[in-house]
Amino acid sequence: MSTFETIQEIIVDQLDKEKEEVQPATNFREELEADSLDLFQIINDIEDEFDIKIETEEGLNTVQDIVKYVDEQLA
Amino acid sequence: MSNQAKVRICSVGKYVPEKILSNEDLTKWLDTSDEWISSRTGIKQRHISTTENTSDLCTKAAESILEKSGVDASEIGLIIVATMSPDSQSPSVACKVQGNIQAVNALAFDLNAACSGFVYASSVAEKMLSVAPYRYALVIGGEVMSKVVNWEDRSTAVLFGDGAGGMLLERNEHTHSFVSEDIHADGTRGSALTSGEQAVNNPITPKTTSDAHLKMSGRDIFDFVVRSVPKSVKDVVEDSQIELNDVDYFILHQANARLIKAVSKKLKQPIEKFPQNIQHYGNTSAASIPILLEELIEQGDIQLGSNQTIVLTGFGGGLTWGSLLIKL
Repeated sequence: MSTFETIQEIIVDQLDKEKEEVQPATNFREELEADSLDLFQIINDIEDEFDIKIETEEGLNTVQDIVKYVDEQLA
Repeated sequence: MSNQAKVRICSVGKYVPEKILSNEDLTKWLDTSDEWISSRTGIKQRHISTTENTSDLCTKAAESILEKSGVDASEIGLIIVATMSPDSQSPSVACKVQGNIQAVNALAFDLNAACSGFVYASSVAEKMLSVAPYRYALVIGGEVMSKVVNWEDRSTAVLFGDGAGGMLLERNEHTHSFVSEDIHADGTRGSALTSGEQAVNNPITPKTTSDAHLKMSGRDIFDFVVRSVPKSVKDVVEDSQIELNDVDYFILHQANARLIKAVSKKLKQPIEKFPQNIQHYGNTSAASIPILLEELIEQGDIQLGSNQTIVLTGFGGGLTWGSLLIKL
């Protein structure tokens, strides 16, 4: 599974959305109506899944932002 | 446990101050809304003390517990009050309660493990009682959080409420309620939630300032709870050699409905097994678990002596967290 697919799955599960609604350009807060606690939970699951630490949720607005962040950590 | 006496829960009681502040009431001085508070926390209202201090709430909870049990205050040998918002450093809240209810034969002290206080205090009381010459111990969690929160800080002021609850434990020969426990602390992460800081202040120190208000890092606390609480619940259940499915209710500290949902999801246990009353009381810290336990008993969902299995789990400042597996 690609980083995007793994993250997509986590977001779909946490926010109870359809896969189609979660695309690279999707904005969490505006399009998925995620609040800060949703983001904490998504970040938490991503940290566990990839065994990385995401220091701050600032600057993470779209799905692609997180994919990029995770790929950089894993590189 | 074989050569120690058995300890059972004989009665549970609570008291909350009469005055209720709704989310709407808070919008009079805070830039917040009912929708914001209830969607993020599950809280709709909280009871707030007008004049009663922590020892007053705890005394009334103690009186209710004794009334339900029919036990005389003079038969109590131990009183522990779990609190992070005592009336004073000295005398302790427990000593004030001891005096108020005239439990003349009881030793009494406060224990501070923040929101985990009731789990910590129950564990300590059970150990002391199992080897003690006395028959009864009173364990109370009581808080007036409204005096430690910063009422100008909308991120924390909306979360907390005041109240007290507790239980009477009896040393006996037949029933042992306390099956297993899993209790922890991690002081290295203590700065995630602080309250009542007192800087050194005397004629020879440089001038210092300290802000005693409660302060909390939301994300750090969220991370801590979502990672540590499910593990603690799993561990305490595993230690009892039963399965998560065998537990009737998981009675979690009522900090945030969203956190409780996250824990239920991690444990893959239905949310119906995680009773909640946070909507009515907010986060009452060490008092939340006994207040909820009392309500579940009053509603008939839980019966003392029924052989039901419950897990009590607290988590909070310190950091502290822990679970007790109890067979009623």
